[in-house]
Amino acid sequence: MKRILEARGLTKAFGGLVAVDDVSFCVQSGELLALIGPNGAGKSTCFNMLMGQLKPTKGHVLLNGVEITGLAPRRIWEKGVGRTFQITATYPSMTVAENVQMALISHHKKVYSMRPFARELYREEAIDLLSMVELFDQIDRHCAVLAYGDLKRLELAIALAHDPIILLMDEPTAGMAPSERIKLMQLTTEVIESRGVSVLFTEHDMDIVFAHAHRIMVLNRGKLIAEGSVDAVRRDPHVQDVYLGGGTVFGREHASGSPYQ
Amino acid sequence: MGFYVAQILTGLANAGALFMVASGLSLIFGVTRIVNFAHGSFYMIGAYIGYTLMQTLPGAIGFWSAILLAGLAVGLVGLIVEVLVLRPVYKAPELFQLVATFGVILVIQDLTLMIWGPEDLLGPRAPGLRGVVHIMGEPIPKYDIALLVITPFVALGLWYVIARTRIGILVRAATQDREMVGALGVNQAWLFTGVFALGTALAGLGGALQLPKGGADLLMDFNILTAVFVVVVIGGMGSLPGAYLAAVIISVVNVFGVTFLPQSTLVLIFLVMVLVLMIRPYGLLGREEVAGEHGQVGEPEVPIQPAGRRSRALVAVGLLVLAALPLYGSSFIQVLATDIMIFCLFAASLHFLLGTGGLVSFGHAAYFGGGAYVAALLITHAQTPMELAFLLAPIGAGLAALIIGWICLRLTGVYFAMLTLAFSQLLWSLVFQWGDVTGGDDGLVNIWPADWLKPTTIYFYFSLILCVGGILLMRHIAHSPFGYSLRAARDSERRAEATGINTRHVRWMAFCFAGVLAGLAGGLFVFSKGSIFPNELEIARSFDALIVVFLGGVKTLAGGVVGGAFFKGVEEILTRFEYWRLAFGLLIILVVTFAPQGIVGSIRKIFDRKVETRS
Repeated sequence: MKRILEARGLTKAFGGLVAVDDVSFCVQSGELLALIGPNGAGKSTCFNMLMGQLKPTKGHVLLNGVEITGLAPRRIWEKGVGRTFQITATYPSMTVAENVQMALISHHKKVYSMRPFARELYREEAIDLLSMVELFDQIDRHCAVLAYGDLKRLELAIALAHDPIILLMDEPTAGMAPSERIKLMQLTTEVIESRGVSVLFTEHDMDIVFAHAHRIMVLNRGKLIAEGSVDAVRRDPHVQDVYLGGGTVFGREHASGSPYQ
Repeated sequence: MGFYVAQILTGLANAGALFMVASGLSLIFGVTRIVNFAHGSFYMIGAYIGYTLMQTLPGAIGFWSAILLAGLAVGLVGLIVEVLVLRPVYKAPELFQLVATFGVILVIQDLTLMIWGPEDLLGPRAPGLRGVVHIMGEPIPKYDIALLVITPFVALGLWYVIARTRIGILVRAATQDREMVGALGVNQAWLFTGVFALGTALAGLGGALQLPKGGADLLMDFNILTAVFVVVVIGGMGSLPGAYLAAVIISVVNVFGVTFLPQSTLVLIFLVMVLVLMIRPYGLLGREEVAGEHGQVGEPEVPIQPAGRRSRALVAVGLLVLAALPLYGSSFIQVLATDIMIFCLFAASLHFLLGTGGLVSFGHAAYFGGGAYVAALLITHAQTPMELAFLLAPIGAGLAALIIGWICLRLTGVYFAMLTLAFSQLLWSLVFQWGDVTGGDDGLVNIWPADWLKPTTIYFYFSLILCVGGILLMRHIAHSPFGYSLRAARDSERRAEATGINTRHVRWMAFCFAGVLAGLAGGLFVFSKGSIFPNELEIARSFDALIVVFLGGVKTLAGGVVGGAFFKGVEEILTRFEYWRLAFGLLIILVVTFAPQGIVGSIRKIFDRKVETRS
């Protein structure tokens, strides 16, 4: 298996608080890797370091073996990393299609072009992407009036616009109704499988994680405490402790039996 | 040694009034998020009311109670203004309240003129504090010593209220999270009103307190406003100790400046401000704004569309009517139309920055006046041919925007606005005080266009082509990928950066572009008037443009142009009357209250509603 995204000894300290402590892992090609852990475990900090929003105190991030540590988010995006946010980030003053067109404009290096009309540029491509996430019937709607679930779909289309090799999704189903969650995750799985994109995602809903992830990593208090297949992680006593409240767990242990190792 | 001590003491004494006014502004901004442009006006009426009270109340007790009563009276005026003018617009789009406070400035100016007349009033001396004392051999007015003693007590009292009382806790909580305070059952409306009244009372107190030193005149509102902005920004918005520290620094710098570099006191102050902000972007004791705190209030902007066939036809007809003006209009009308077009171009360039880019610049006059001065200086000192000088106006303004924009765009929101203001004031003070080159207050005259452009009608067409061309170009760019990228950066910086858009660079380019077009307007302006004076660079000119953009409607593409035409047209009609400011101010307040989307926005809303009911 090819290593797509790799974290080596990633550490982030905010003053005396070590939010992420010596975390190493890698996302392999075509896999759906879940990063889970209780609130405050350091998932978002980890994500922000991978995506360039935060500079790690120590450690490295490699994309296809090339160092990308500390690069600006837009540079990391250029190298083929797409991202969706926990709280959706879209352009509320534009239409749904224009939101995706904007990403395409950037991808085709037309940001500084002064030739109108932007609303006609790459519209076909945008419509294709939007059809894929089942938003075809809403392409010309005002983004600000979209339902939250649809905004999440829109974000997925935006993140896929530059044909990324890997997608980082921070809580892709947060804030959605249970039935919507399942639908969205099924859609995500289908889309990325058909496009051969790898995914690293964080998630609070364990049903979603167990149903869709190929492999799971568990973060607690900044440290990776378990990693492996869905079943192995499920049975891991440390993980059960963390989630069911058996006190604090430090140290790291690899669960065995991952199909990807 | 004694000399320096005396200088510092004078500086500290001057800091008193400045601190009170600044702390009031800071407090109001902290809680209500309103940048109260009218704060100087409250300071001014504080001085006037104090003067009247001092005339009637006898002796030392009368003097000091007059000061206190002036503060209270101004607080009451502030309360009325808040309830009548600001309450209706809290829910209006971001910074729209600026326009309302600008209307208040105009109204207060004329009311003061009506009540107290146009003469400057000489402030009475404080009873018992008339002479000087000698400290280390240097004479220092006794009143200065009194101020020196009083100010720390006021500051301490204020600090006590904010840090130790329940009201203070509410105020501080509101500075951090207004919604939460509301959710906890605090009546926000009255909290805002109370804070506004307190802030304006402080301004009034400052105005009355400085009477024995400075008296009262009708220009003091704008004169103190810049100094107060500088203090608040250097100290850090919302920080009282910061305001005190900054007031002291500015006053001391000013006193030493007057002694050693009398030609550049103003430049010095703004230089200090620029330096502080470059090192500590949020002021000496200010804290970084939490991102998202200034989320867009009000309805989100609707997606932009190219003009429909009907609007295009309408614009074409309008342009034809305008182009045919020389056939039916006198040369006076043509000059007026030229004025309006130039102003519209200037306003539209700010609108591009503000509406499309979400960048609120408080100092856009720097590029308008800057462009005009570039041309005028070239003509005066280098005998440059008019055509070349005219061409260099937008280029010069663009270069200024390139440098200033690069520095200012390190900041966002209100700090960005303040830094742009600081730079424009820096430019203004340079022009104002560097008399040998710029003519200072006397301006530069005899800047006429080349012979072929001299006839009024020719110059009218020249302006028509360039102004309409510039405005259409901006519209064109708003619809281009660059315009969209700019809006993307405004709508969601996070998303834009995460999809490869260098938001700061995009904004920088937009800033330069707006500067170039403002410079073009400035170039047209100077040759149409034949002269240029520093007031084209000053804060009031920047505010004019801001008001126009908001009046026209920020969230519409035509807002700048329509607002500009409306503003200039109404101003032209009203300035014929004696108390035109009063009428104009009230008109602005009315528009703000009843049409919070601006003129274009409100018209569109009515139109949309009609379409909806029909379908």
